[in-house]
Amino acid sequence: MAKITLENLAHSYLPNPKHEDDYALKELNHDWVDGEAYALLGSSGCGKSTLLNIISGLLHPSQGRILFNDKDVTNAPTTQRNIAQVFQFPVVYDTMTVRDNLAFPLRNRGADPTYIKDRVQQIAAMIGMEDSLNHKARGLTADAKQKISLGRGMVREDVNALLFDEPLTVIDPHMKWELRTQLKSLHHEFGHTMIYVTHDQTEALTFADKVVVMYDGRVVQMGTPQELFETPEHTFVGYFIGSPGMNVLAAEVQGDTAVIGGTQIALGKGFGRPAGNVELGVRPEFTSLSACDAGLPVTIKRVEDVGRHKIVRADFQGTEINILAGEGENISPDMNRVVFDTAGINVYSNSWRVAPEVA
Amino acid sequence: MNKTVNQKAWFLILPVLLLVAFSAVIPLMTVVNYSVQDTFGQNKFFWAGLDWFKEMMASERMWDALGRQIAFSAIILAIEIPLGIFVALNMPKKGFWASTCLILMSLPLLIPWNVVGTIWQIFGRVDIGLLGYTLAALGIDYNYTQDFFAAWATVIVMDVWHWTSLVALLAYAGLQSIPDAYYQAAKIDQASRWKVFRFIELPKIMGVLMIAILLRFMDSFMIYTEPFVVTGGGPGNSTTFLSIDLVKMALGQFDLGPAAAFSIMYYLVILLISYVFYTVMTNLDKRDGH
Amino acid sequence: MSLVLEGVSKVMNGQTHIYPTDLELQSGTMNVLLGPTSSGKTSLMRLMAGLDVPNAGKVIWGGKDVTGMRVQDRGVAMVYQQFINYPSMTVYENIASPMRLLKQSADQIDAAVKKAADLMKLTPFLDRKPLALSGGQQQRCALARALVKDAGLVLLDEPLANLDYKLREELRAEIPKIFEEAGSIFVYATTEPEEALLLGGNTATIWEGRITQFDKTPIVYRQPVNATTARVFSDPPMNFLKFEKAGNQIRFADGQLSSATLGAFAGLGDGSYVAGFRPNHLKLNKEAPDALEFTGKLNVTEITGSETFIHLKHHSENWVGLVHGVKNLKIGAPLSVYLDQAHVYIFAQDGTSVAPASYAAAV
Repeated sequence: MAKITLENLAHSYLPNPKHEDDYALKELNHDWVDGEAYALLGSSGCGKSTLLNIISGLLHPSQGRILFNDKDVTNAPTTQRNIAQVFQFPVVYDTMTVRDNLAFPLRNRGADPTYIKDRVQQIAAMIGMEDSLNHKARGLTADAKQKISLGRGMVREDVNALLFDEPLTVIDPHMKWELRTQLKSLHHEFGHTMIYVTHDQTEALTFADKVVVMYDGRVVQMGTPQELFETPEHTFVGYFIGSPGMNVLAAEVQGDTAVIGGTQIALGKGFGRPAGNVELGVRPEFTSLSACDAGLPVTIKRVEDVGRHKIVRADFQGTEINILAGEGENISPDMNRVVFDTAGINVYSNSWRVAPEVA
Repeated sequence: MNKTVNQKAWFLILPVLLLVAFSAVIPLMTVVNYSVQDTFGQNKFFWAGLDWFKEMMASERMWDALGRQIAFSAIILAIEIPLGIFVALNMPKKGFWASTCLILMSLPLLIPWNVVGTIWQIFGRVDIGLLGYTLAALGIDYNYTQDFFAAWATVIVMDVWHWTSLVALLAYAGLQSIPDAYYQAAKIDQASRWKVFRFIELPKIMGVLMIAILLRFMDSFMIYTEPFVVTGGGPGNSTTFLSIDLVKMALGQFDLGPAAAFSIMYYLVILLISYVFYTVMTNLDKRDGH
Repeated sequence: MSLVLEGVSKVMNGQTHIYPTDLELQSGTMNVLLGPTSSGKTSLMRLMAGLDVPNAGKVIWGGKDVTGMRVQDRGVAMVYQQFINYPSMTVYENIASPMRLLKQSADQIDAAVKKAADLMKLTPFLDRKPLALSGGQQQRCALARALVKDAGLVLLDEPLANLDYKLREELRAEIPKIFEEAGSIFVYATTEPEEALLLGGNTATIWEGRITQFDKTPIVYRQPVNATTARVFSDPPMNFLKFEKAGNQIRFADGQLSSATLGAFAGLGDGSYVAGFRPNHLKLNKEAPDALEFTGKLNVTEITGSETFIHLKHHSENWVGLVHGVKNLKIGAPLSVYLDQAHVYIFAQDGTSVAPASYAAAV
C-alpha cells in the first residue's frame, strides 16, 4: 500500500511541445491517499490512460516527478514499482492453468512453493475461482479471464497500488454488476490503493470513494460522488455525470435572484454579481413539472418512460431542458412550467462554479 | 457464418481445374501407369503389377537415400526454425529499420534456386571462392567435392542461408499480431525474457510456426536443384538425396518402371507426413478458437 | 410493408441458434431486440436481412415470400457494432455508395447525401476519410449510409456498444429522430434494458434463441409474461423470492409468515410460487402500512451521486436495491427493507406469470 504523489507532472507525446495543446496531460499536482479507491473519469482522449500508464511506469513522463511513499520512482521501471495493472482486454497466459497463472508473479520472484500454494488458494477464494484452479486458462469466458488478471495483480502482498484501465469493457452487461461489486468488496476487505480508469460514470461513481474528472488533459474536479453530483465545479462535470446531464441555462444573476429569458427565478442563496459568461446549472433530479404560475415556461417535446422514472424532454426558448418525473406521475398538457429546487441550483461563470456567499 | 448458396461460383474455378488437371493430374497418372508396367524397349509394355514396388522396397540404395534425406530434413528443421524465430525476435518492429530489415530478409528468397546452387558452388571453391579460400588460408582442410563432412556442411549452410528468411518472416508476422498489453502485463508480473518468450510469444506464433515447419519440411524433403548444382550428389553418393537419386534412376539409367514406383512412394510419404501436420495444425486451431 | 417471420429457425453444427419463431413487424415501427450476448439477436437479424437462409420457416416481406432471395435484392440496410465504413473513400463517397450502386443521378445523390449528413451532423467532415474521424463520427457515417438508402428495413446490431457512455447517450437521443424521418421498419438489437426503454416502440425479449415476449415496450417491462422476460428486461436484475400459499397464510422462503392479500396476492390459489420485484421498489422505510418487511445482511453499497445501490443477502438470495439519495449504511450489519405489495410480481415455479404487479395496470 502506498501514497502516490504527482509533482508538476505533465506529458506530451511530441518531442518538442511548444504550447498547451501539445500536451496530452497538462501540469498536475496531486496526492493519492493510501488505501483509497479512486476513479479517473473522462471521455476518450482526455488523458486518463496516459496518467495511468505514467503511474504504472509503462510511460515515462516528459515533465515532473512521481513518488511512491515519498520515494522518487520517476525513473524506476515498472518491475520495480510493485504495482498491478488490469487491462481492457483480459491478459492471461493461455498455455498455463488458472493456478499457474495466479502463481506466475510469485514464481518469477522465486518465492517458496508452499507459500505460493497457500497464497494462490487464498486469492482464488477471493475472486471466486477456486473450482477452476486446474482448468487451462485458454477456453474461459472474458469475465473469468479478467478475474484471473485481477487475481494475478493481487497475489503479491506488497503491491503498492492496483490500477484498472477500463477493465469491464469486454464484459457482458449482466456480469459487469458482479465484477464491480466484487472489486468493491475486495477494496473494502483489503484496503489497497485502487485507481480505476473509465468513461462510464456509473462504474466510476459506484466504485470510487473519490472521483477525479478529467477533461482535455486537465483534472477538472476531484470529489466524492455526492460532491460531484450536487456541486459540480465545472459545467463539464455537470454534463458528464448524471444521466441525463445537468441542464445549463444562460442567466443574469444578481444577489439571490436570477433572470433567465425574462423569467425570474429565486436562488435561495446570494451569489453577488458574477461577471463573464454566467450560466445556471440545475440537474434534472432537482426539477419538477408544475401547472402553477411559478417557474420557467416550457413546451414538452417528448416523454420517455425509463422504467423507474420518466424523462421529460422540454424546450425553453430553444434550449433543451430535461426534467425527471416519477414512475407513476401523470404528465398533463397543462403542466407547462418547470420549477427548480433551490438546493440543486449552481451558478457558473465562464463554466467554473461560483461559490454562494455565506449567509 | 453461412454465405448465401450460389452454384455459379463453381464455374469460376473451372479454369484452375483444367490447368491443374493438365499440369499435375495427367502426368501423375502417367507415372502411376509406368510404375506398374515393364518394358524391353521399342515402346512395348507389359503388366508388371507391384513388382517394381517390391523391388524398390528391397532396394538398399533407396533406403540409403531415404536415410540421408531424413537426416538432412531433420538437421535443416532443427537449425532453421529456432534460428528463424531468433531473428524474428530481434527484428525491429517500427520505423525505418523495420522496412529495411524486411527487404534484406526477403532477398535470399528471391534468388532462383539453381543460381543459389551456383553461388555456393563458386563460393566454396578453394581457388576462387571467398569461403573456400578463407578456410584454406585458416588452415582448414575444406573440399566439398571430396570430403563427406565438407559436402554436407556446405549443403546445409546453403539451405539455411537460403530459407531461414522464410521462417523469420512468418514468425515476424506472427509476433506483430501480439497486442502490447501482453508485454506490459509481463513487465508488471516481473517475468524474465525467457518466460515472456515461452508463455506469450511462442504460444501466439504457434499457428504460423506450424505453417513454417510444414513448408520447410516439404521443401527440404523434395530438395533437388541446390545440392545437385553444388555437389552433383557426391562425393560418391554422400549427398544423394531422394530426388537426386530418383532423377539418376529415371533419366540417367532410364529405368522408368522402378523410378515411377519410387516416385509414387516418395509422393505418398510426403502426403502422409503433411497430412499429419495439417491435422495437428487444425486441432491446435480448434483448441484456440472459441 | 410489413415483415413477417413464420416458424423461422436456424440450426448450425447441430446447435439450435434460433428456435421456430413467429414475429410480425409493421412498417414505421421501432422494434428493439433485447437479450444478453449470444442469445440469438444477431442470428435473428441476419435471418431478417437475408444474410442467412433459415433451416425452416418463411420470411415474408410486404406480402411476398422472400425466404431464398439474396440480401442485395431486398432493400435492407444494416449498421454494425464495429464502425464499418469503406476506409479508402471519403465520408461523402461512403454515404453516396449505396445510391451509386442503385444508379441514381448525381443530383439525386448529392441532395440525399447532404440531407443525411446534415441529420447526422457530419456536414463539416464530408471530405475526410473515416479513419480520421472519432468513433462517434464514424458510427454516424455508418448510420448515414444506412439511412440514405431509404430501405424498407433498417437493422442496427448494437451500434452504440463501442462508444463512450456520454456519446452513447447523445447518439441514442438522435436515433428516434432519424427513425421518424425514415418511416421504415427499424430493428435495434441491444443488451441494455435502459436502451430499450429509451427508444420506445416495441420490444422483443430474447433468451437462448427464443423470443419470450413481443409487445409495446412499457407493457413488456411492466407486465412480463414470464420470469425470463422479467429477468432479461431488468438492470439491475430482478430480485426473486420463493413462497408457498396455504389457505390464508403465505410462508416466504426465509420462514416468515404473512397474510398478504393485496396487489398480485389477491385471489391467489394455494401452491408454490416465486415472487419477483424490481430493485427500485425496495425501500428503507415502511411507507405503505401493509408493506412486506424483510431482513438481510448488507454486503456492499454503491453510491452513484443521487442514488444508492444496496446489495444485501436475504436468506439464500442476493438482492439488489436501488434507493434514492446518498445513504451511508454499515456494511455487514442486518438491514430491514420494505416492499409494497402492489410492486410484487408473482410467477409460477416454471416461470410463467401468474399475476403481474398491480401497480403496472395503473401506470
